[in-house]
Amino acid sequence: MFLLRLLLKNAFRHKLRTGLTLIGLVVAICAFGLLRTIVDAWYAGVEASSSTRLVTRSSISLTFQLPLNYAQRIRAVEGVRAISWANWFGGVYITERNFFPQFAIDPASYLALYPEYLIADAEKLAFFRDRQGAVVGRGLAKKFGWQIGDPIPLRGTIYPGTWTFNLRAIYDGVDAKTDENQMFVHWSFINESLRQSARRRADAVGVYIVGIDEPNNAALISQRIDALFANSLAETLSETEKAFQLSFVSMSEAILVAIQAVSFIIVVIIMAVMANTMTMTARERLAEYATLKALGFPPAFVVGLLYGESLLIAGIGGVLGVAATLPLSAAFARATGTLFPVFQVSPLTMSLQLLAAAIVGIVAAAWPAWRMSRIDIVDGLRHVA
Amino acid sequence: MSTDPASPLIRIRGLSKGYRRGDQVIPVLLDLDMDVAAGEFVALMGPSGSGKSTLLNLIAGIDKPSSGTIEIGGVDIAELSEGELADWRAANVGFVFQFYNLLPVLSAQDNVELPLLLTGLSSRQRAERARLVLGLVGLADRADHYPNELSGGQQQRVAIARALVSDPLLIVADEPTGDLDRVTGEEILGLLEQLVVEMGKTIVMVTHDPKAAARARRLVHLEKGVLVDEVGA
Repeated sequence: MFLLRLLLKNAFRHKLRTGLTLIGLVVAICAFGLLRTIVDAWYAGVEASSSTRLVTRSSISLTFQLPLNYAQRIRAVEGVRAISWANWFGGVYITERNFFPQFAIDPASYLALYPEYLIADAEKLAFFRDRQGAVVGRGLAKKFGWQIGDPIPLRGTIYPGTWTFNLRAIYDGVDAKTDENQMFVHWSFINESLRQSARRRADAVGVYIVGIDEPNNAALISQRIDALFANSLAETLSETEKAFQLSFVSMSEAILVAIQAVSFIIVVIIMAVMANTMTMTARERLAEYATLKALGFPPAFVVGLLYGESLLIAGIGGVLGVAATLPLSAAFARATGTLFPVFQVSPLTMSLQLLAAAIVGIVAAAWPAWRMSRIDIVDGLRHVA
Repeated sequence: MSTDPASPLIRIRGLSKGYRRGDQVIPVLLDLDMDVAAGEFVALMGPSGSGKSTLLNLIAGIDKPSSGTIEIGGVDIAELSEGELADWRAANVGFVFQFYNLLPVLSAQDNVELPLLLTGLSSRQRAERARLVLGLVGLADRADHYPNELSGGQQQRVAIARALVSDPLLIVADEPTGDLDRVTGEEILGLLEQLVVEMGKTIVMVTHDPKAAARARRLVHLEKGVLVDEVGA
């Protein structure tokens, strides 16, 4: 208790200096956490992907579609247990600022492949029955205040015209990683319309989602599927859902690396600020440390005092920084809307924030502690005079 | 520390100390011999640069001699390692400094308690002992006060209490009245005298003030690193 009291009193001896250092620490730890959360959010789709799902798309580009009749041939491939498909709808709800992902899907087969979307049976049935129906994630419904039965008008960009869908179901994610900001509509409803207005574009699929029986066979099954359509007019590229999601992330990899680098640079900067604080502190207390050594306290005691004080300040800054990250990340998520479907500070990020604070505390005290452990008592005592 | 009544508490023989400055060694103490009996109150005097503070530092075990021996209670402290010396100081030496050297963030009580952290005493025992010693120096009612809430004389009393609390045989005082007015200085000297007379402490004090030195039982005068005069030996 005595030593803890001494550490606390020493830490707040210069309230302004400690306060400013703490503010710097809180800002740095908070920024570190937010930047890491942004990176995590980018990878959220990858994290949420299933190892038992493959994605088969055109080998040329995602913008090229595949014939609908591939479905039966893929289903017949050994190791494939289910198949579904989806098209990117790309509609605009009122204004472009309200962006959220919309997919035209084959409802029954698609939702069977995505058990992470939890829908009440009655709502699911209502969605299946209404070919103009739509299902949205809870987050999206909350954001726009949608209720079951509401009409949702979308201005088509890929599929021209104004499309009005009836909200028939709202899904909840099975866990925090599940994206609750998507909308699903009936592929057949869009396709029928295309058959009348743009026949050439009908019966085409953006991607096939392939359910496989054994994750270890993913590569083999992918090869089998792609071999099936080799040298055809629409060759395929099959990969795991994770790899498919990563291909999107890799487009922004340079930005992600930069964000990660900045998050570490911030920690290094606050480390230098904190080291400066501790060095000033140690220099001011030279005579006190010399007195302690004269009284018989070993150098390790002085080292312990400096490390204790540094870790105490860093610890307080770390905890406050983590605490500040939570409301700030929530505000950030609100401000960015559906840009980051899953934006949550993970326990790993919080642990890393605390670890960063501890490292700052340890590194900041290293030099002054080493110096003070070696001070000559006589020189130190003279310092006061 | 063993204290044979027949032998002096401090026995210094052939003590030399020099400081290196570049290639040069500047001598401060030259082949000095000196004894201090247990229970003596010795004042070291001399002009600036005479080596009195260096001698005090060597006796206190916070500096190392270039050559010679310093036996205190039969232990040649010149031979001790840094760690052993720290332990020895904690057990045997009480320090009184000119500027008190109290920790400003600790109350008088906590400052006095500080050296007891190096003992095996419980926190309750430490607190009791510190209160007792503060009572001895007349500051029982100021135990919760911080150094900046105390006068210079009171701070020096706290420092004396801190020097006394681990019950050392030897107290070293470096200009203990140097920062105090005449009346307060007299009070502090009276307190030091009391420690010698009533508690049998041995005090070695450095002072510039002849009146302060006159309160000691023995006056040792140094000049250019050698003993030139002794009064009251």
